[in-house]
Amino acid sequence: MELGNEIDRQVNAKVIALYKKAQRLEHTGIIAIIPTFRALFVQFDPERVRPEALQERLLSMLDDLDYEDAPGRRWTLPACYGEEFGPDLAEIARQTGLSANEVRETHAGAHYFVYMIGFLPGYAYMGDVPEAIRVPRRENPRTRLPRGSVAVAGQVTSIYPLESPGGWSLIARTPVPMFDPAADMPVLLAPGDLVAFEPVSPSEFAAIERDIASGAYTVQAEGAS
Amino acid sequence: MTVLRVLSPGLHTTVQDLGRSQAQHLGIPVSGALDSVSFRLANLLAGNDETAGALEMIAQGASFEVSGGSVRLALAGPDARLEPIEGGEPIGAKAYQSFTLESGARFRIRLGGASSVCYLAAEGGYAVPHIMGSQSTFVRGGMGGFQGRPLQSDDEIPLSQERASSRPELGLPAPAFPKQSEFRIILGPQDDYFSEDEIAAFLAANFTISHESDRMGFRLSGLRLTHAKGYNIISDGIAHGAIQVPGSGEPIILLADRQTTGGYPKIGVVISADLPALGRLRPGERLSFRAVDFEEARRAARELESWLSQAKSAVSKVAAELAVDMRALFEQNLIDGVVNAKRPMAE
Repeated sequence: MELGNEIDRQVNAKVIALYKKAQRLEHTGIIAIIPTFRALFVQFDPERVRPEALQERLLSMLDDLDYEDAPGRRWTLPACYGEEFGPDLAEIARQTGLSANEVRETHAGAHYFVYMIGFLPGYAYMGDVPEAIRVPRRENPRTRLPRGSVAVAGQVTSIYPLESPGGWSLIARTPVPMFDPAADMPVLLAPGDLVAFEPVSPSEFAAIERDIASGAYTVQAEGAS
Repeated sequence: MTVLRVLSPGLHTTVQDLGRSQAQHLGIPVSGALDSVSFRLANLLAGNDETAGALEMIAQGASFEVSGGSVRLALAGPDARLEPIEGGEPIGAKAYQSFTLESGARFRIRLGGASSVCYLAAEGGYAVPHIMGSQSTFVRGGMGGFQGRPLQSDDEIPLSQERASSRPELGLPAPAFPKQSEFRIILGPQDDYFSEDEIAAFLAANFTISHESDRMGFRLSGLRLTHAKGYNIISDGIAHGAIQVPGSGEPIILLADRQTTGGYPKIGVVISADLPALGRLRPGERLSFRAVDFEEARRAARELESWLSQAKSAVSKVAAELAVDMRALFEQNLIDGVVNAKRPMAE
């Protein structure tokens, strides 16, 4: 079900509100829903509901949706910018005509809304990146980039949950795991959450990484829903 | 504790069940059995609920030794065979029959030409954790199954039951699944990214499954499709069987371990009733597509489920003296229910 055809907060807010509301319904024949930028992927049991009827029911729910019905959680994630942690920071500065410091402050100064999660477990597409530091995808994707890399492409920023190939520009790295296959809740972020980055130094990064490994550091969200 | 010790792991042997569909909004792939029909038959014959995890072997069978107590097992998959290890005791059973082995027994599984996958279910299931409602292994994420990875030699796969229960063995005549090469699809959701001529060429083409295929998807060669309006869409959700066409123009059918979302146009999706037969194909094999409507897809799904529920009721009534009648029942059902369902009358 498509609710628009652009990456837009208003369209996505509808998608997420409809997703959250549909999840609470019972006896719908729905098996799973994936909310994305501007569409809901709805997997259903055709023996229990006809697709036309299901679509009509979901569309009718749009009329009285309360977008503030289930606000997302607010996270602050430590991130170490530049150098080996964000090897493309200097290139982003060159392309945008800003200083490296300005790029860092601009990226860390914004709040990012989790539009959707996909591509990899826990890979959150977040936006919007301030216009001043928007750059296109890299021409040559990297074959391996480290887990925790904070990357930007156009209006969207994300965090690589696993070591993976990738074509986005790397601006920083966070020690907080986005995906832990052994945890009860393996994925940290959810669609509709808000994320801010707090710059940390390389030594603070290392200390947090150690504390995460020993269980002394856990990242907490505000406004858990 | 009773375990299956891995003597040789095969090429890609993992614990799978019907998948982890509830975590797709978090980017976690569904995973699960490539051939859900054979998977369900294996569980049925082992006396399990059909959601219990089983061992899926791809391209090559594994061999095992039972250690600890006794175990009842069942193997299902077209052409799959059970063999003793050289110099060992005969197993005294074949695929589609449950069998019970004592500690120390060794056996090997071989795959035949009819399918690249088979399933080994154990009575009571394997004692591996349920993560987000499923025992399926998602190898790229190191998640689920046995330590989040394919089996290796000397692994000991724990069983949930210490000993096999004392009940008669269950069996079915081996179902004669015909090798399928035409797969029914529903066009969309992005068929509007291709011209009518291009869709006609796609439906007329014969594709070959590339060797760069895995549980995530089958890459196809045989025709490079031209997009009518670019090959980037705003990323959206991906169904099992979705056929995406990236910039190269060569389609990819997305399977059990598919990514949950993607940014390439999807020209169509293989109907659910044809997914188990699709999962049995191997690299190098050929296939083509035929467009059908939602009603035909639903009818085919219903026919497959009704065939499986007949298998279930036949197995639950199994007794040695009924074996002949059961065979007759199954041969008839196969012809009426499955073979004809693949080649329906023109509408």
